[in-house]
Order: sequence, then structure tokens, then C-alpha cells
Amino acid sequence: MEGFLSSLVSVAFHGTAFGMILYVISVGLSVTMGLMGFANLAHGVFAMAGGYVLTSMISRYGVPFPLALAIAFAVVGAASVVLERLLYSRLYAASDLEQVMFTIGLIFVAVAVARMIFGTLQQPVILPDYLKGQFPLLGRDFPTYRVFIIAFSAVMVGVLWFGVERTRWGAMVRAAVDNRAMAQSIGIDTGRLFTLTFALGSGLAGLGGALGAEIIAIQPTYPFENLVYFLIVVAVGGLGTLRGPFVAALLIGIADTAIKYWYPQYGAFLIYVATIAALLWRPAGLFGRQHT
Amino acid sequence: MSAHAGGYSANPRIRWIEWLPFVLAIAAFFALPEYLSLGARILIYILYALSLDLILGYAGIITLGHSAYFGLGAYVAGILGARLGVSDPLVQLVAAAAAGGLLGIATGAIILRTRALTLLMLTLAITSVCLEIANKATPVTGGADGLSGIVVAPILGLFRFDLFGKTAFLYCLVALLIGWLAVRRLIYSPFGASLTGLRENPLRMHAIGAPVYWRLVLVYTISTTLAGVAGALITQTNQFVGLNVLGFESGGELLVMLVLGGVGRLYGAFVGPLVYLVAQDFLAKQFPEYWYLGIGAMLIVVVMFARGGILGIVDSIVRRLWRRA
Repeated sequence: MEGFLSSLVSVAFHGTAFGMILYVISVGLSVTMGLMGFANLAHGVFAMAGGYVLTSMISRYGVPFPLALAIAFAVVGAASVVLERLLYSRLYAASDLEQVMFTIGLIFVAVAVARMIFGTLQQPVILPDYLKGQFPLLGRDFPTYRVFIIAFSAVMVGVLWFGVERTRWGAMVRAAVDNRAMAQSIGIDTGRLFTLTFALGSGLAGLGGALGAEIIAIQPTYPFENLVYFLIVVAVGGLGTLRGPFVAALLIGIADTAIKYWYPQYGAFLIYVATIAALLWRPAGLFGRQHT
Repeated sequence: MSAHAGGYSANPRIRWIEWLPFVLAIAAFFALPEYLSLGARILIYILYALSLDLILGYAGIITLGHSAYFGLGAYVAGILGARLGVSDPLVQLVAAAAAGGLLGIATGAIILRTRALTLLMLTLAITSVCLEIANKATPVTGGADGLSGIVVAPILGLFRFDLFGKTAFLYCLVALLIGWLAVRRLIYSPFGASLTGLRENPLRMHAIGAPVYWRLVLVYTISTTLAGVAGALITQTNQFVGLNVLGFESGGELLVMLVLGGVGRLYGAFVGPLVYLVAQDFLAKQFPEYWYLGIGAMLIVVVMFARGGILGIVDSIVRRLWRRA
């Protein structure tokens, strides 16, 4: 019984850490998809870029870990503005198919570039000493780094939710998600709002990729391999919401960890089946507004 | 929807230029004997792309998971040949077609009630589920090692699959010819016209009394049946099936080929796989990084500047010359 309880706690703990990472990466995708209706399959590219920025900052230039995290966020966010202005913004009015093909093209390019610069091997993450080892909590030992991931992500989530729900900028974003034409007609510069939101969402993805580099391995095929997970979070959580993807990410993180721990023979099979069931039950996601 | 140039045409007569791909294929058969296995692969992917064009280009269903039906067909043929001792290629083909059609009607009936991102996600999830099953059901599918030792008897008891791939090439060519005639017939029928209507304005099709949902399910099933056939062909010509026939990367690759060739114009499905697979054969082995970079850049360029794909570019050049003359 004690053995079962301790594995239960362990699964919940590791699942929460994985779910938090999934959320930090995917929340930007949910907002930009809800805001701009843009089918952005290349969102994982930003997460991968964040991971590469972090690992190379630490291993090549000896940058301290917290600073490397901040740099990952800033660099990816800034790079995404360039991409958004140059390419994405021209396709806002395009059909779903064109957006899908464009972002698949972007994934191919990113995979090739990552392979040219960093090779095909997985990038090792060098953690500072204070994040290594075990962290005693409630009479149990937990890996310190995972505790840090959960705590740090929780703070980020809190800041983000406060920003979207309590500030003027957040009110503008919500107005544009609800009714873009109306938001525009009362004087909100939706073009600039999109760029800013896109940068923030991509930056968060970069941060999530960097933070989770130890959980989701940083290698060139990253955007392909993890695309399904990011999309599941957004599709199951619902577009244009903050809380939906949060619940979905935690559910998927914990369920995935539990299945891999207790029923490894099923692999990701059960997750996909559950996703299909959830989407058939509520096509706009568990927390999305249902249009029928 | 400017990306789609194709649509209903009142004159279903086959123009002479439409035979060109088949003339070229026969010419290639005699002129390039050392490339017959690549040729067979191209023919199979053309059939596969045709099946996607039917639902994507004509009915407007965007899917990332068409590989589910292709892969199912491939595995059905493989399992029949390697595990169950059914070696007749035509029986394998029919079984794969039936499997593709059945999975198509079962999944289509549930996923075609949804739209946009949800539909995209569902197609992705379906092919991912198939991939997981093939990966984990090792005793039946061979898992990550793939399924080898597939026995394929001579076609009709007469034509043995030879080492040089001559039989395989002609076999695939005949299959493509039949598939092409079927798809073409369908597109030029009133049913095809209603598909174009569905793509352009589903609400209006509803309003004029068309059974939108059932039409979609029907065309989806036809398309998945064809994809199953293409899957069986790839197994029979290689006498091997691996996990790479399933999943998002396989489905995405097909989409890339079709978009490069041109969506919704029937012959885009011929040009796309030809250009993609030939380029891949020459480039991907020597310069894998540049291959991915090139294909990605090409996709971005096609979406940004040449929305009709390669055939769209040809069209606009021809039109410009025409105007000048």
C-alpha cells in the first residue's frame, strides 16, 4: 500500500511538471489561434529554439541558468516578431490549407537549420548545483529541478492570467478574441496587438522549451515529434481561453506519465483515443465556446 | 478560395493531353530500366495523391491523417502475405481496399461532423492511433522492425514480380490508370459538381437541400478506399512494410507533394509526387539537411507566391503567352 501510494505521488508530481511545461509552451498557441484564427503548426519550432538558446548559452558561453532562461524568452520572442511581420501577417486572411502548408514548410526549414547548426544529437542540459539533487517536502524527496519547474511555471501562469484578466492590454486581447471587427472599430490597433501577443506567446513557448529541455529532449525533430501534444492541449482545452488549456495540459501531463509508468505497452495510444473521445464529445474543446 | 482552380466542367471527354502522363510512363519503362523501382513508387504516390486530391481539392476536407488508410492498406496486404499465407496480389489488393474503405466510413462518419482545427486534430489523432497500434502489436505487425518476408504470388498466376521491377511498374501503372479513370469520372459527374459546391459554400449547399454530411462521408470513403489500394501496392512492390507508412510525417509528406503539384486540379496529383520523389531520390541521400531546407522553403514560396502549385505556375505562363500571341 505504501509502495502504491508513493508511486501515486511520484506520478502526480512528475505528471504535473510535464503538464506545466506543456502549458507554458502551448498557451501562446491557444491565444494566437483564438485571436487570429491562424492554424500555426510550427509553434513547436519556437519551443525548440528556446531549448537550443538555453543549452548553447550555458554550454558555450557559461551564462548562468536564470539569465539563460530570460535570454531564451527574449530571443525567441524577438525572432517571432520578425517572422510574424515578414511572413505570418501576410497569411491572416488565407485559407486554413495555406496556413497549414506554410507552417509545415516552416517546420521543415527549422528542422534543417537546427540539424546544420547543432547536429542530430540531443542537447545536454547543464543544471546549476542548486537545482540538482533532491528536495525534501512533506517527508518525501523530490527532484529539485522538477520542483523548480512547477513553482516557476506556476508563477508565470499567475502573472499571465493577471495580465490577461486584470490589465488594459488583457482587456484589449479579450475584446479582439471575442469580436475582432468590433474591437477594431472602437479604435484598438489589432495589427499591433496581434504582433505583441504573438511575440509573447512565442516567447513563452521558447521559455517552456528551455525550461523543459530536460523533460522534452532538444533535438532537430522536436517540432514534428511534439506537435501532436501541443495541438492536443489546445484542441482539447479550447481556443482563445487560458484556463482550458491549463486543465488540458495538466490532464495530459499526468495521464501520459501514469500510462507510461503503469501501462507502458500502450504507449501514447490511450492519450490519442481519449483526445478523439473528448473532441467528439465537445468539438470546440472542453472549455471552448461551442459553435453549433 | 483562390487556391483551388479546379471545378465542375461540362465536357467530360478526355482531351489528348490528359493521356500524356501515361505515354510518358510507358516511355520511361523502355528508356529508363534502371529507375523502374523509383518509377513504381512515383506511380503509387500519384494514386495516393489522387485520393487526397479528391477530398482536399474537391470537397475541401483538410486532413493530416490520410496516411492512416494508406498505412492500413499496406499492413493488411503485408499481414495477409506474411502471416496468413494469402499470397494472391489481387486478393491482397481487394482486402486492402475494403479495409481502407471500412476504416474510412467508420472514422469519416464521426469526424466529418466537425470542422477546422477540430477536424485537423482528429485526423492527426487517428493516424497517430494507427501508428501506435502498428508499433506496439509486434507479433502481428513486426513493430519497429517492420514486416518482411511478405509473399506475393504472380499476378493472375501469370506475371511474376521480377527483380528488375518490370512487372511491378506495369502493375502499378494499370492500377493508376483504373484509379485515375474512376476519380476523373467521379469529378466530372453531378456528384463531383456537388463536391465543388461543398468546398465553396457548404451553407448554401445545405440551403438548396443537398445532403452535405452524407456526401462528405461518401467521398471520404471512396478516397480512403483508394488510399488503401495505394498502400497495398507499396507493400507488394517492396515486399516490406515499415512504420513510416503511418503517422503525421507520412500524411504531411503526401500533403506537401499535392500542394507542390497543385490542389484541386487532378493533374497536380501527378506532377507533385513526380517532382518531389525524383528530387528526393537525387538530393535526400547526399544532402539530407539541404533537402529538408529546400522542401520547406519551396512550400513557403508556393504558399506565398504561387498558390496553384507547379501547375498553377504553368497555367499562368501559358495564359500570359496566349494573351500576347
